[in-house]
Amino acid sequence: MTEGIHIRLRQTGPIPLDAALDCAPGEVLALVGPSGSGKTTILRAIAGLLRVAEGEISSNGECWFDAARDVYVAARQRRVGYVFQNYALFPHLNALQNVMEAMLELPPAQREARARDWLARVRLAGLESRLPAALSGGQQQRVAVARALAREPRVLLLDEPFSAVDRATRQRLYRELAELRRELAMPVILVTHDLDEALMLADRLCVLHQGRSLQAGDPYAVMTRPDSVEVAQLVGLRNVFRAGVVGHDAGRDRTLIEWRGHRLEARLQTAFAPGQQVNWVIPQGHVMLHRRDRPSRGERENPLHGPVIECLGLGEQVALTVAVNGAQRPPLFLSVPSHVARRNGIAAGVEVGVSLLADGIHLMPADESRTPPRPGERGPGTGKLAASH
Amino acid sequence: MDWPALKLSLELAAWTVLILLPVGIFTGRMLAYRQFGGKAWLEALLALPLVLPPTVLGYYLLVVMGGASPIGQFYESLFGRPLVFNFGGLLVASVIFNLPFAIQPIQRGFEAIAPEVRDAAACCGLSRWRTLWRIELPLAWPGLLSAMVLTFAHTLGEFGVVLMVGGNIPGETKTIAIAIYDRVQAFDNAAAGIMSTTLLLISLLAIAAAYFTSARLQPRRHG
Repeated sequence: MTEGIHIRLRQTGPIPLDAALDCAPGEVLALVGPSGSGKTTILRAIAGLLRVAEGEISSNGECWFDAARDVYVAARQRRVGYVFQNYALFPHLNALQNVMEAMLELPPAQREARARDWLARVRLAGLESRLPAALSGGQQQRVAVARALAREPRVLLLDEPFSAVDRATRQRLYRELAELRRELAMPVILVTHDLDEALMLADRLCVLHQGRSLQAGDPYAVMTRPDSVEVAQLVGLRNVFRAGVVGHDAGRDRTLIEWRGHRLEARLQTAFAPGQQVNWVIPQGHVMLHRRDRPSRGERENPLHGPVIECLGLGEQVALTVAVNGAQRPPLFLSVPSHVARRNGIAAGVEVGVSLLADGIHLMPADESRTPPRPGERGPGTGKLAASH
Repeated sequence: MDWPALKLSLELAAWTVLILLPVGIFTGRMLAYRQFGGKAWLEALLALPLVLPPTVLGYYLLVVMGGASPIGQFYESLFGRPLVFNFGGLLVASVIFNLPFAIQPIQRGFEAIAPEVRDAAACCGLSRWRTLWRIELPLAWPGLLSAMVLTFAHTLGEFGVVLMVGGNIPGETKTIAIAIYDRVQAFDNAAAGIMSTTLLLISLLAIAAAYFTSARLQPRRHG
């Protein structure tokens, strides 16, 4: 496959990297990972702003970097559209001039009209003569996007493009980018530490940690079926436990595991042999709270009981921590709408029943080095990755 | 009022600025963006005229450029007259003496440009030359302006080095600062007063103009 962009980067220092990424034309690949995981370093290497010790980068069959053959195409010759985290607009040039600077290959007579077109496409018509300082954060971001696209890039690189704007603006920009990306024919690589953002905008997700690309794939799949405990923790999954595999029931499409004296039914996962020790994970969305007044059918699926040890209101949602089989063991985390919590009289100390939906139980190789968080310890947050510093 | 001395001083200051501007841009930019071995030593060397007594610097320049030195001999064989005790020698001394006044503000000006802005210029496909001309110089402009004003004003007021290297030859090396000293020595306080006031006003005007201009530039960049 030569279409799109292919990236292999390796180095031991100063910033360790071991990343393999591919992004097809029209595809949005999100790089997620905590601060310091090497996301921006990778973007800079792709753009030609940073030379990595080993590796290759090719775009549509054109070699931009090959350490073995000592090929290194300079940034100004790579044709990348780069939207920087703080946009990096030229502060002394107005919006129109900022965009025109990216079109120097066009005859001067065409530049202005084309730049006006680009600004109109990002809904900035009428603001052409404003200096960046006279534009709002969202408007500056749009100028940066227009400038990046005006370069007619072979790859579009977006480095946390939504981090410097307020929440309301961000929601609007998400929608605009989602619309715009349908028209874009180049690979788009989006760096973000916000998993919700990645879920909303990306076709594929790549989880990075300390410069290593750990897992890439469909965002929902990565976030519900991580390859390892490390990925599970990086994507904010807090319900990670140890168990032993009991056996498989192919007829019912189930794998059985033994966890704290309970026999749990999981989605059939034959890669793990009976008797094997595994880690398993369940996303919070697959943990169902039983209604206290009226039991229902769904409650037969992996029912568990225990007292609520923490009940934390987070606006519309309430985060519950339930001790299953003893408070000293890693608890189960789930989140319910606050009206549900209210109606069921949920509070700390109340005994509740929950069901673990079998389809949500995902097995992973046992990881001795990573123990799930103890009660009272905060694992990575639900929406954002925990910062490493 | 010693008009030839004032004219000579203004000429010397203008030529010094003219020569030091490209030198300052090249060196200041290099010091702002490049890392290389011995950079700290080079910066220290360039800052030396700030702390060295002007007579010490003047003495060494006299030794290096004098008729007995290879440089002095080469210059004399080329132009048929010695480098020291004429305008050429004065200009060389003035350029060397003003190096820190030109380079340091320009270096700070380049350093003040956000690295991402220069990265963005590269990603936009701008050539090095266009990046310098279209992005870096306009953004480093307050530094360039300070450098020009400081160099100009400092050259006007320079005394020690000028006396050591140039002496006191009317129309050739007698600058206004020397002329003031000359008048005071001759108990001609009235003339010294007029010339001092003139020098004071010119320096004040230059610096005020620089402050005024950079104050007008600032809101454009950060407002």
